[in-house]
Amino acid sequence: MADWQSEQRVREERLAAGRKFADGKIVAPDNATALLEAVIRPKDRICLEGDNQKQADFLAACLAKADPKVLHDLHVVQSGIVLPEHIDLFEKGIAKKLDYSFSGPQSHAVPRALKSGKIELGAIHTYIELFARYFVDLTPHVALSVARSADRQGNLYMGPNTEDSPSVIEATAFKGGIVIAQVNEIVDKLPRVDIPGDRVDFLVAAPKPFYVEPLFTRDPASITETQILAAMMAIKGIYAEYGIKRLNHGIGFNTAAIELLLPTYAEKLGLKGKIATHWALNPHPTLIPAIESGWVKQIHSFGSEVGMDAYMRARSDIYFTGRDGSMASSRTYCQLAGLYAADLFIGSTLQIDLDGNSSTVTADRIAGFGGAPNMGSDAHGRRHPSEPWLKAGREAVDGHPQVMRGRKLVVQLVETFSEKMVPVFVEKLDSLELAEKFKLDLAPVMIYGDDVTHIVSEEGIANLLLCRTTEEREQAIRGIAGFTDVGRRRDRKMVDKLRKRKIIRRPEDLGINPLDAHRSMLAARSIEDLMQWSGNLYDPPNKFRNW
Amino acid sequence: MQTLSFRHKAKRRLSGKKDQAIIGVVASGNLEVLLERVLPETACEVDIATPLNGYDETWKAVVAEFVERTSPGGLRISINDGGARPDTVYLRLMQGSALMEAE
Amino acid sequence: MMEDAATSAQASWFQATARQRVAGLLDPDSFTEFLGPSERIQSPHLHLFDVPSAFDDGVVIGRGKLGGKDVLVAAQEGQFMGGTFAEVSGAKLVGLVRAARDHKSLPQTVLLLMDSGGVRLQEANAGELAVAELMRAIVEARCAGVAVIALVGGKAGAFGGAGLTTATCSRIVISGQGRTGVSGPEVIETNKGVEEFDSEDKALVWSTDGGKNRRLLGGADAFAEDSMEGFRAATKALMSKVPAFDLKTMQAEQERLAARQKRLCACDDAVSMWRILGIQEPETIRDMDAKKFIALANSIKEANHDAR
Repeated sequence: MADWQSEQRVREERLAAGRKFADGKIVAPDNATALLEAVIRPKDRICLEGDNQKQADFLAACLAKADPKVLHDLHVVQSGIVLPEHIDLFEKGIAKKLDYSFSGPQSHAVPRALKSGKIELGAIHTYIELFARYFVDLTPHVALSVARSADRQGNLYMGPNTEDSPSVIEATAFKGGIVIAQVNEIVDKLPRVDIPGDRVDFLVAAPKPFYVEPLFTRDPASITETQILAAMMAIKGIYAEYGIKRLNHGIGFNTAAIELLLPTYAEKLGLKGKIATHWALNPHPTLIPAIESGWVKQIHSFGSEVGMDAYMRARSDIYFTGRDGSMASSRTYCQLAGLYAADLFIGSTLQIDLDGNSSTVTADRIAGFGGAPNMGSDAHGRRHPSEPWLKAGREAVDGHPQVMRGRKLVVQLVETFSEKMVPVFVEKLDSLELAEKFKLDLAPVMIYGDDVTHIVSEEGIANLLLCRTTEEREQAIRGIAGFTDVGRRRDRKMVDKLRKRKIIRRPEDLGINPLDAHRSMLAARSIEDLMQWSGNLYDPPNKFRNW
Repeated sequence: MQTLSFRHKAKRRLSGKKDQAIIGVVASGNLEVLLERVLPETACEVDIATPLNGYDETWKAVVAEFVERTSPGGLRISINDGGARPDTVYLRLMQGSALMEAE
Repeated sequence: MMEDAATSAQASWFQATARQRVAGLLDPDSFTEFLGPSERIQSPHLHLFDVPSAFDDGVVIGRGKLGGKDVLVAAQEGQFMGGTFAEVSGAKLVGLVRAARDHKSLPQTVLLLMDSGGVRLQEANAGELAVAELMRAIVEARCAGVAVIALVGGKAGAFGGAGLTTATCSRIVISGQGRTGVSGPEVIETNKGVEEFDSEDKALVWSTDGGKNRRLLGGADAFAEDSMEGFRAATKALMSKVPAFDLKTMQAEQERLAARQKRLCACDDAVSMWRILGIQEPETIRDMDAKKFIALANSIKEANHDAR
């Protein structure tokens, strides 16, 4: 007789093994490793959250203490390889195969482990690709999640750090998997329910509150004049020109400069209400002055940010907020928002080649993709028009074709050189060399050139939509590559022609004097300024407090 | 330390009355630029002291572009470089000549 | 234009260069520099270490006016070699203070814009000598009736020899971003361990060495908002109120320090010290805005007295 319900049977077996350590759903912290050894089987797919920000750090430490004779050859399918313990799992042979998305904090450890054969790489995904595969062929057998609190029924409250969890847990719970959550505390009544207890099997109250990376805080004091100049050009030459109201900013000092120029430079240009009103954005502290000045209608966030809880609570008109008054984030929905509901993505990168392909990979550093490739892509499935989308679409073709489509603006905002004199503009991406070295099927490209519509450097804006040949594209890029080798090899005559056709626009062409780009233009010049803008509601993390 | 020296003939004298100006600071990623109006009308001299070797061609290109853009005739420009990027060098040179053009 | 923006009344002192601070502090167009950059009196030693020099070796000296009153000024460039004392940079400071000491025809108020972590390692002996000479020169100048006022508010703070120098001055102005001490946070951590003092814990560092604590304990005489106008106002107010420098003052200072130690020695952190000083909600001090803090500090006995 065919067995069509084997998953349910195996699930019951795992639960029975786990219940030996539980009182109801609750497991004492000292029994956590034993629980994991009982419930997880060798070769299981596990998701140990591993989000962009919040980390199930206690469960990670407990899993890393497991006996490799009992737990081995696990297949890790999680967004982030962030904690040292995530790497330990592979070093110890507890885990073997890896499918993931982002490894910024472990960007040197991952290639080392690949080289030594400790990690067998499935693929590096974007966030939503990985979540999508949770529902097709990479469904986790066990999910190790993290929440602020739980009640005895297993309902979970995550507050602003909801992030990946709903997607991870839905896939796991509805395909016979086991869900274990570490929480800061177990209470009688939760402020709100983010995950229904139905989907949660075991709870562990961790000895310390879970760790959250402050990834989206940028100190305005570190923003340079060059970044301010490029930001001014982006505002005047792109946001104003196309009328960008719905947008997504990647994180970085250059985009932080744009956020801090809205209440000052953009205000002087009369752009309030005309641009930057509806956002898909993590809670960047650098957007506080623009919010306080009335620029922003609403923001949906992928995750949260350390120190922003009280401010967001007090600004519930702006942020998505639960009945309890605290913010609720969703990586999945915000990624969708960035793909289909935003008219512009703008972000930075480490390398750009002559086709406009960009990458953050270098010879010994693999940071993964995160969400940028999706945010920085033209979503071909989009159908609803908007003015910026149609305008960009028209620029990309000649004449008036009958079957038209629009284009989402995908803007790379860079300085010609990054730190230590390393050029951003290159003839060939380091990524190609890395692909050969590690025998990858694909050279990791963050954003493909044919999705890019504009590149902005301190030398000017290159509008790739208006280019008609690869040669024009190449010279448009060389024409804003400054004093890099790539820039110095430009064809000066051709660059002049492109400038006349407005494919290249210099600051002067936009009416901007480069010497006017000054730090005094920023609405806030320090973290303390941001705190004061927020009426002291924003509580900057310790590492940013220099007063 | 490496020293570099470039001599250019500018199209005309740099306007303004200032005799001397200094801009920038010798720090990592930064540089200080001292400008002195001490040379004949169209002469321009740029002397650089830098701790980074092998960037001669880049310095040459930056200085040439600056001279072409600004026509800093009569200026002796001295640079103490802290390892600044070329765009920062160019910016400081432009800031310096703007200070010198003040009436 | 952009230099005006960097020296305007609301421009940040903390983020400014030494030259911008001098321009922002003094009355407009009143500054004359001594031994300026075009004289190229640079370090004779740094090139041996393949380290770039500065035309002024990181110290700007000269004379000008503050609120119409003549002053001598010296400003350390904290971004250049950490603002450190060395052969030339030290000599410029020593020479300026000695000149005030010896010549009544020169302004009898010296403003020292401190921004230094101490002695330059590449020129250590010269730097140490300079610190010793400067401290002696300040004491002698004070004996001769010169007011020497330290302004502390830059990224390097005033540590090591700069901290000692600052403590030798007649009066001290400090901002919230400013810090002063002798051993720097990293040195304490290296020598005594992270449990003793975690130098990465910025909140801890600033609550200990930072301007607000120094002001409340009486280790600084005025608190300035982090702006050119903030330092102008605080310095002008102090310039006219410099105490006599005599044995009586020194003895009162010793008594005050002994009493302070007795009163506060059981405390483990700044917040508990502030509580003992009579501050109602000491946890609110850290994020309190400058105006409110200045008023509060002015009302605390420990913070205001002539002996310091």
